[in-house]
Amino acid sequence: MNNLIKGEKHDWEMVIGLEIHAQVKSNSKLFSSSSTKFGSSPNSQVSLVDAAMPGMLPVINKYCVEQAVKTGVGLNAKINNYSVFDRKNYFYADLPQGYQISQYKYPIVGEGKVTIDFKDGTSKDIRIVRLHLEQDAGKSLHDQNPSKTYVDLNRSGVALMEIVSEPDIRTPDEAGMYISKIRSILMYLDTCDGNMQEGSLRADVNISVRKPGDEYGTRCEIKNLNSIKFIKQAINYEAKRQIEILESGGSIEQNTMLFNTSTGKTRPMRNKEEAHDYRYFPDPDLLPLEISDEEIVKIKSSIPELPDELKNKFIETYKLSNYDASVLTAEKQTSDYFNETINSDEELKNHAKIVVNWITSELFSLLNKNNLDLNNSSVSPENLGQLIKLISTNEISGKIAKDVLEDMFSSGKTARQIVDEKGLQQVTDQGEIAKVIDEVIAENQKMVEQYLAGKDKLLGFFVGQAMKLTKGKANPKMLNDILMQKLNKKN
Amino acid sequence: MPKPSLKQTLKDLDTKKISIRELNQDYLKRIKEKENLNVFIHFSEENVLKQIDNLEKDNSAKKLKGIPIAIKDLFCTKNMPTTAASKILENFNPTYESFVTQKLLDEGSIFVGKTNLDEFAMGSATNTSFFGNTINPLSKDDEPLAPGGSSGGSAAAVAADLCLGATGTDTGGSIRQPASFCGVVGIKPTYGLCSRWGIAAFASSLDQAGIFSHNVEDASLLLQSIAGFDQRDSTSAKVDIPNYFENLDDDLNGKTVGIPKEYSIDGTPMEISQIWEDAIKVLEKKGVKIKNISLPHTKYALPTYYIIAPAEASSNLARYDGVKYGFRSDEIDSLDEMYENTRAQGFGREVKRRILIGTYVLSAGYYDAYYLKAQKVRKLIADDFNKAFKECDFIVTPTAPSAAFPLNEKQNDPIKMYLNDVFTVPASLAGLPGISIPFGEDKNNLPLGIQILGKHFDEQQVFNVAVSLERSYE
Repeated sequence: MNNLIKGEKHDWEMVIGLEIHAQVKSNSKLFSSSSTKFGSSPNSQVSLVDAAMPGMLPVINKYCVEQAVKTGVGLNAKINNYSVFDRKNYFYADLPQGYQISQYKYPIVGEGKVTIDFKDGTSKDIRIVRLHLEQDAGKSLHDQNPSKTYVDLNRSGVALMEIVSEPDIRTPDEAGMYISKIRSILMYLDTCDGNMQEGSLRADVNISVRKPGDEYGTRCEIKNLNSIKFIKQAINYEAKRQIEILESGGSIEQNTMLFNTSTGKTRPMRNKEEAHDYRYFPDPDLLPLEISDEEIVKIKSSIPELPDELKNKFIETYKLSNYDASVLTAEKQTSDYFNETINSDEELKNHAKIVVNWITSELFSLLNKNNLDLNNSSVSPENLGQLIKLISTNEISGKIAKDVLEDMFSSGKTARQIVDEKGLQQVTDQGEIAKVIDEVIAENQKMVEQYLAGKDKLLGFFVGQAMKLTKGKANPKMLNDILMQKLNKKN
Repeated sequence: MPKPSLKQTLKDLDTKKISIRELNQDYLKRIKEKENLNVFIHFSEENVLKQIDNLEKDNSAKKLKGIPIAIKDLFCTKNMPTTAASKILENFNPTYESFVTQKLLDEGSIFVGKTNLDEFAMGSATNTSFFGNTINPLSKDDEPLAPGGSSGGSAAAVAADLCLGATGTDTGGSIRQPASFCGVVGIKPTYGLCSRWGIAAFASSLDQAGIFSHNVEDASLLLQSIAGFDQRDSTSAKVDIPNYFENLDDDLNGKTVGIPKEYSIDGTPMEISQIWEDAIKVLEKKGVKIKNISLPHTKYALPTYYIIAPAEASSNLARYDGVKYGFRSDEIDSLDEMYENTRAQGFGREVKRRILIGTYVLSAGYYDAYYLKAQKVRKLIADDFNKAFKECDFIVTPTAPSAAFPLNEKQNDPIKMYLNDVFTVPASLAGLPGISIPFGEDKNNLPLGIQILGKHFDEQQVFNVAVSLERSYE
């Protein structure tokens, strides 16, 4: 695959690494028992610890640790038996302690990898450097008062997992696929709700460009992107900016950038000289985090099937393609829906590809049109299964089935009900179909002659006419066979 | 006049020889008479009377019912402001009660006030307080003396008999050194014995709450009350707390005392060496074996301490930023200016000095040479003690290199001031329990202290040796 982008003078390659911040799904914060509920009124979920009152001390939330371990397992990563919480020191109004408790030298999770799948059936591994636990900061509200800034500490102390990748990503699309894959894994594991709009999942992007084969160039870091669309936009803009500088003989300054979502541009926030010296040191209020092998085994055993395992299972069991299987397993709700549909009738297991198509194209397009997703679909997996069964047993044609599905979607009725009420069963009576064909032939003698003279294309016309007369209910294969038979007899 | 005793007072209250009201009014009177010592940052007679009223209505039996206790103003208290002797917390009223003070309240004690200290417990003379010096009650008229520090207010409160016991905190000697200067008993237990929850932090890996009292028995009673596991402090220890008082035993026959040669340092006054020798002789007479031991890394303890403690402090004090509570400068045109002016105006010189030292030693490029190395040396110092305790049951040393010095004497020489902690800091770095008891006097009749160090969580042994020496001295 050619991943290079054209500059004025050369081809360039992007080198991209992501730091993903995923909010741990947990009812309480990393070091306090305050609630983590999103959207509560400002400063209603703030304990004495979260507000950094004098003499208050952090106490680790064991559930968050388990969630991080689970995630580590999901990233095929090494779980460290020993990790340490450090203080990252800096001043900001929404950082009440004056430091963030994070993990620096000894993270809870070490090296791992995730696989992304391309449409052409190939795939690529992106290596993970580490995952560590840390506290989120509060929120500064600059828009409440013309001359004042307010601080909301509800988010202060909420647990985050920072997942750092190697610079293995080469295109904006790969970056998008990578974050989608991480999101999918987190949601399967139920360790993060994956909600990017609410900021539960956001990413810092490190990007540099180089001529193919060269050493890595100087990178810039774009902070705090909260949608896949913005990530791609920011990468594209930033790569172009860097290439322009390099091609005009300049050099890249190692800057921290902000992305403006309305202009689609990046701009520098601070340069290397202004970079903070965070003065990391082990937090003396907390003991090192020790996790025994037994605990890790116990947590591992509680882990559900992950997208890649499921994908392989689907490929093996149902002979699906790698890409179909990866689309099916990208979101847990999709694979759950597929499983429920295909298990609703033994017969369907022989028609897995049809089931995939009906879910990922027909049903998805209906849902998209109505701004819904599988969780609030009015068509249950059982009902979709019933519809597909009607197709596979030739009771209705695929074409009619599309109308039935729309009807099911809006009325909530079952496929059977709709087919029976409207009399949509396929006509499979040989005699009845033959009668209709005779009619068509009789009425279109000229065409028949032309066909016999070699105008093969007209076959479709006859099929269409016959279908019209049966209101689309004739079994297409039978119709075809009988039509050919009859026409050939004339020859 | 008999020496005040908490134990005896409990008996007198029990036999109705004296009432809670009479007892505390006696103390209130003395507190008002001794106002010139500047012992308290916060004192409210009304508050004390209210506590008496409440206790009079309370019929339940409580271990310290009615006993007047003074609280170092580093412990957060619900019914009294908490300042840490800093302008930056000048008007801070906690909505919560520290673990240690809650325990004392649960036992029915009466808080007479919040005692003065060095700002954020940084100092050795109680002369860095925003609220002025505390004067050692043992001062002669012509020359006011320092009470030691940082818990100088608490030590002075006991020495002047303004309470029957006081809380303190000890990071590098802040209980033991003022106890020695004021001629009272002061114990710093093992790191982790008493929860740090609700104590404004100075250096988290060293801070430990403890007790001042008139005698060893009282210290054993009070420590019993404030010790114990607290799940809100991750460094709090899950250990059984023995009944120190019931188990007090002055029979030391067959025990071994370690005498570390590194604690004989040049320039130590004769009198200090003399009381050390005297103490050893007393122990020998009681059948204690004398073992000369070596703690080879002792000489690195002070520099190590003055890297680790400021490093932690520089981070612990970052929360005092003018955003959420406490003092905020009026001169603020930007967020950075708010931080700069608030902290420049809110902290005193010594606190600022230590924040700067701490920030420096944690900075990129210096971390390995200072902080990391200090942590390694700290481990060596702890190992020294672990080895020594294989050969002895406890260690005896002087508490401080001098008796109480005149106020302001070392004000302008931080290094000299830091040297005051030379005998107390090693045990702090190792997290060991240590007690200081009055033992002898210098040529000016000022008290001197002997320090007894024990194994981790072996406070009982420390108390036993202390009570044994105390009884021999009386």
